[in-house]
Amino acid sequence: MAWFDDLLFTYQNLAVALGVNGLLALSMYVVLAVGQLSLGQAAFMGLGAYSSALMSLQLGWPFWAVLPLSCVVPVLFALAVGGPTLRLNGVYLAIATIGLGEVLRGVYLNVDVLGGAMGLSGIPEAAPLWLIYAMLALAVLVLWQVGKSGIGRAMEAMRLDETAALSMGVNIRRYRLATLCASAVLAGLAGALSAHSTDFIGPNDFGFEPAVTILSFALLGGIGSPFAPVLGAWLLTLLPEVLRPLADVRLVMNGAVIVVAVLFLPRGLLAWRMPRHVRPGRAA
Amino acid sequence: MLAQQLLNGLLLGATYALFALGFTLMFGVLRVVNLTYGFYFTAGAFLALWLTQAGAPLFLALPAAAIASGLIATLLDWLLLTRLRRAGADELASLMVTLGAVLALYAGMTAWLGPDIRRLPPGLIAAGALEAFGLRITLAQILILAACALLVGLLLWLMRGTRLGLAIRAMAERPDTAALMGIATARLAALVSFVSGALAGAGGVLIGLNFNAIHPYMGESMMLRGFVVIVVGGLGNIFGALVAGLLLGIIEVLTAGYISSGLKEAVAFALLVLVLWTRPAGLFGTTLARKA
Repeated sequence: MAWFDDLLFTYQNLAVALGVNGLLALSMYVVLAVGQLSLGQAAFMGLGAYSSALMSLQLGWPFWAVLPLSCVVPVLFALAVGGPTLRLNGVYLAIATIGLGEVLRGVYLNVDVLGGAMGLSGIPEAAPLWLIYAMLALAVLVLWQVGKSGIGRAMEAMRLDETAALSMGVNIRRYRLATLCASAVLAGLAGALSAHSTDFIGPNDFGFEPAVTILSFALLGGIGSPFAPVLGAWLLTLLPEVLRPLADVRLVMNGAVIVVAVLFLPRGLLAWRMPRHVRPGRAA
Repeated sequence: MLAQQLLNGLLLGATYALFALGFTLMFGVLRVVNLTYGFYFTAGAFLALWLTQAGAPLFLALPAAAIASGLIATLLDWLLLTRLRRAGADELASLMVTLGAVLALYAGMTAWLGPDIRRLPPGLIAAGALEAFGLRITLAQILILAACALLVGLLLWLMRGTRLGLAIRAMAERPDTAALMGIATARLAALVSFVSGALAGAGGVLIGLNFNAIHPYMGESMMLRGFVVIVVGGLGNIFGALVAGLLLGIIEVLTAGYISSGLKEAVAFALLVLVLWTRPAGLFGTTLARKA
């Protein structure tokens, strides 16, 4: 298996990025699945990354204790801002969440213990690769099961027609807040795993550009099933690597691929919609 | 000291307002969050740079760069969004297409020109400054203020004082009905793209003059401010964008002057979030059609 170790060593960073971006794409998928254009994923990821790095560096806590706690911090943030923020819709929600992300970025840049513009380095590389992929697989499995259940049906109903869902007894506020928290958990997890496998984090890793990149993962893949956003994330992570021989032009190609994909495949690359069971005793 | 800060803030805010006006127009009429908008800002600045380097005086370079940016905007809108508009796609699709396009455009410009910061030729504007009542204003700043005032005036006249403006407002209100009333909506959409792109281009030239630093990604940081201004002012609201742009400039300068320059963006965004929480439709929350 020496060749496999060589391969892993060469592509260590890429392997980490594929797993982490898969989790981020799922974090985006959860809010898109209820029709919310909330772009706070990069901010949640930043909270997970910074809080986990601080727990490791300042408090010296072991990674198995840090990882779950780093999911709690973004959830607390989601609960704190969720009330007023989730009353917004569409573009207003998108811009409010980007704004919250920028406020957090300002905090990272200006608080000394968070390293300022230099960011935090020397974070122990404690996250094994298998753990990242185990988390990704677990997230896909959970989202698949939830998606198949009545909860998934309610979520799809909300996305397609909010008023109709409301009149059928779907508690829209509660679903919105719950999906925001789920999104925060996934992004916080991705942030902590990424911080503990690359040893460095900086404020610009969690700004506007990462926020739209995460959105593009989910939109390129589609939101018909949890597999689609992961596929989108993997393609957009691999594409710059495959295009590496093109040097400077590869980012141009990256953008062009997104344009062509959306123009010609408006439902995403994987438009297939996951099956949902009809409750027994009712007509389909 | 405070008066000088307010003056500087007003100047910065005037360019923000100019940039945001085109953005809010594009959003209000075409109902598209067009992320390529920041690129027209960069394009305007570079075109003015090349024209002045070739020896053109500023009073020619500024309008030429603005018009060329407007044409680029029209072309890109046609290339990217015609198909989606015809299919009646949702705003996510257009957001995504323009996102991909703007990534490609910035990367292409960087690949072609390099990421270096360029400077306008020296002596473009006389270096003098006026001083009165303890305030100091450079000639470049006077030019920026005058150009902003002129362009904003032109835009307001176009929107409120002409039949064309009436047609644009009708289209913003109800595109379908406007088309039934005999308004050539496709041609009008191209015109709105042109006007928006030209405003962005002019903003790029003026900001380039103000800070004298031109580089491919200059439009990107401007886009974030554009978002703040159009949301605080109310999407599609021209008057709101004007006031919000001036406010943002003043707040940034005051934060940088009295608290910390590192915090000016965080403060601006904190205000954005507060406005959205308390007044979800912006400070002047009505649509372009009713207000402009």
